[in-house]
Amino acid sequence: MMLAPTYIDGSGAVVPQPTVNQDKFLEEILEYNERFLQVVSPVYKDYIDVKLLRRMSKIVKMSIVSARVAMQQAGVDQVDAIMTGTGMGCQIDTEKFLNAMIENGETLLTPTSFIQSTHNTMGGQIALMLGNKNHNLTYVHRTFSFESALLDAMMMIAEKEAQKVLVGGIDEITDESWLIKTQIDYYKKHACKNSEVYNDLQPGALSGEGSAFFVLSADRSEKTYAQLKGVSTLYKPRSNKELEDFIKRFLVTSELGLSDIDLVIMGNNGDPVFDRVYEDLATGLLKTIPTGRFKHLCGEYDTASSFALWIASGILRHQHVPSTISQHPFKGRTPKNILIYNHFRNINHSLILVSTPDAS
Amino acid sequence: MAEGVVVTGMGIVSSIGFNVDETLHSLMIGKTGIGKISILETIHRDEFVLGEIKLTHQQLMEKLGVDLNLPWTRTALLGVWAARQAYQSAGLSKNSGKRIGLVSASTVGGMDRSELYYKDFLTDAIHKSHIDTHHAGNSTEMIADDLNIHDYLTTISTACSSSLNSIMFGARLLKHNLLDAVIVGGTDALSRFTLNGFNTLMILDHEHCRPFDATRRGLNLGEGAGYLVLERTSDAIAGKKQVIAQVAGYANANDAFHQTASSDNGEGPFLAMQRAVAKAGITPQDIDYINVHGTGTDNNDLTEGVAMKRLFGDHVPLFSSTKAFTGHTLGATGVIESIISILSMNIDKVFPNINFKEVIEEINFVPVSQLTDLNINHVLTNSFGFGGNDSSVVFSKVPSNISRS
Amino acid sequence: MEALIEKLKEQIIKQLNLEDITPADINEEDSLFGEGLGLDSIDALELIVLLEKEYGIRIENPKDGQKIFFSIKTMAEFIQEHQKK
Repeated sequence: MMLAPTYIDGSGAVVPQPTVNQDKFLEEILEYNERFLQVVSPVYKDYIDVKLLRRMSKIVKMSIVSARVAMQQAGVDQVDAIMTGTGMGCQIDTEKFLNAMIENGETLLTPTSFIQSTHNTMGGQIALMLGNKNHNLTYVHRTFSFESALLDAMMMIAEKEAQKVLVGGIDEITDESWLIKTQIDYYKKHACKNSEVYNDLQPGALSGEGSAFFVLSADRSEKTYAQLKGVSTLYKPRSNKELEDFIKRFLVTSELGLSDIDLVIMGNNGDPVFDRVYEDLATGLLKTIPTGRFKHLCGEYDTASSFALWIASGILRHQHVPSTISQHPFKGRTPKNILIYNHFRNINHSLILVSTPDAS
Repeated sequence: MAEGVVVTGMGIVSSIGFNVDETLHSLMIGKTGIGKISILETIHRDEFVLGEIKLTHQQLMEKLGVDLNLPWTRTALLGVWAARQAYQSAGLSKNSGKRIGLVSASTVGGMDRSELYYKDFLTDAIHKSHIDTHHAGNSTEMIADDLNIHDYLTTISTACSSSLNSIMFGARLLKHNLLDAVIVGGTDALSRFTLNGFNTLMILDHEHCRPFDATRRGLNLGEGAGYLVLERTSDAIAGKKQVIAQVAGYANANDAFHQTASSDNGEGPFLAMQRAVAKAGITPQDIDYINVHGTGTDNNDLTEGVAMKRLFGDHVPLFSSTKAFTGHTLGATGVIESIISILSMNIDKVFPNINFKEVIEEINFVPVSQLTDLNINHVLTNSFGFGGNDSSVVFSKVPSNISRS
Repeated sequence: MEALIEKLKEQIIKQLNLEDITPADINEEDSLFGEGLGLDSIDALELIVLLEKEYGIRIENPKDGQKIFFSIKTMAEFIQEHQKK
């Protein structure tokens, strides 16, 4: 769907790779051999008042840092709207309150973890930090969460309700949430090398966490380095054809053909069963287009597509595809149009299209 | 873009009724749904009162005739119940060729099951199938599957303002022509997690809550679900649909003051109301009735009152909180009170703010405490939440040249 | 009283996760809220639970907290007066 030109002026990410204060763009990556991947913690005190820091759990801290980095890069100190997406929300605080409630038999409970268990904690804390009284929304629909936030931002810009919008996707992993999801084979039970995750035969994905925020703008400026062309979601396709039609229709509404796409970043996560959906497309409908993968860098989480957008827009900024994301040395032309395709267990599928900014 | 959006269907379930008619009846006769706890298993049974739906999990599943092999949460069951009513009342069908979406809100998600099985999730996982019903989007997908909705779905969670935001987002999806009809609303079941959580904040009243009363001591929690079907005005007229109300204006603002408390001058609530009225293209004086958030906590009612005074000056419209009927239904409260507001407008009566006796000195105005006749053309409804998330929506009466329900 | 005050300082630092603050940094007469330690209404609720958990004292009305939690000293005095166990 084409709404109105929406430009990307800044982005920031906190993920299991060094991304904050880095001159290099994913040139070298951290190798892990873990059950799940955790973010490389920035020095939080450099970004957040110590008085506020004491109550914040990891997910809030990483949101604030990535939001600040994105805003710094865009050269703005205020925005007209704040949209966040999170699939699982504040797991650390939810677990803390839930465990205490069960273990103490509903007695002697304290409020802090309950207050911070709500999904809008990140959006609220960013508003509080910026003193921002504008439109503020939190989307919480698994791998549609970040995509819904993006769509809302694009609509706000099209409605001329906003010039600058801060949009982000965030999820955190904990020992318990990892353990629970290994019981249903969503996540891998045993440690796995992230560099070899796509060949791992254990069921489930290599899980992870991360946060990526963006400043979207209605106007192109000297800060602009990418243009968000579209976002779309598909729920429970009933056939492969429906999925292919979804991709074709998305490109038609974006006024592009398959041959215009220079790179597809796919959400393979090492789950041998569900990675097949990506492979079928890579050898089928999308076979003529170079592909890249990114979840060996960050692991699987509901809002991982936000990190894919950070990578895609970074490629457009640096005019370079890092070898760490492509399966084979990238030999295509310098990308102008990058498609991100992600799905969760063949239930929630999404597409994001990002391009070099249109001359206007 | 200037295209309007209207309500063409409604569905509701709460402690005061299992459908729109029962809800209206309870409101007319002043019958509260709040009472002693008999469904929720908690050590606080004799300590607090709740707005419970008096059906067990099993009874709910049987009543709805859902597939018992699926992992149902109470939140999803309540949602399915209300959403089916909305879908049917709008005359939607799956073969209409319309693009139908669902935007639902929830704060607790599947916590009602997770809190029962959590320790088991960590060990043997006999209740494995409920592991993936915990996330907030689960109830949305259960509803979508029940109604066979594929074209668009998402879930919103902004604490107690959640479902007003789903109305807002749904209306905008229609205006951008991304959908032809959208089911919007929210669902939240009672859980020990929320009861104990609000208890740690010491804002639960042990007695029946008394919104906007000087002696108020806190809120009563409730549970429920509500959904509206929204369509573009032109489509509704062309399709000869019943048109129940116009979604005239809406706004969402952040108080940016504190994680839980509202600012003294009610800045967030003020901005939400002011912007919603402006969006509707009317003036504050055009608002005939406000269904206030009015939770019954010290902080909310005072700051909401201050914000109303700032916006309306000496001419504060008639207002009432209906939370002493339903309890505070969290993620569902915005849409439940939207439905109550629309009912109020369409029968030209203000439902009473029951349990009110004594005026709050600092704001010195009085809610409507008896069922009152009033010609209502524009109604404003408020929902405010943790994280400073404040939302307001304006519904307007359908002009007489368009069919009314 | 001295011992109680020292113990309280440690308990408060732990309960409220006051990073970078040691018991020596807290003056027992300084106000805990606003200017002093900068605590807020959520911290007050945390302190109410601390009193119940560590000293068996229950406060029913959160408004009472304002006076009791004015400073470490007022808190210690309140505990001495009300402690049963």
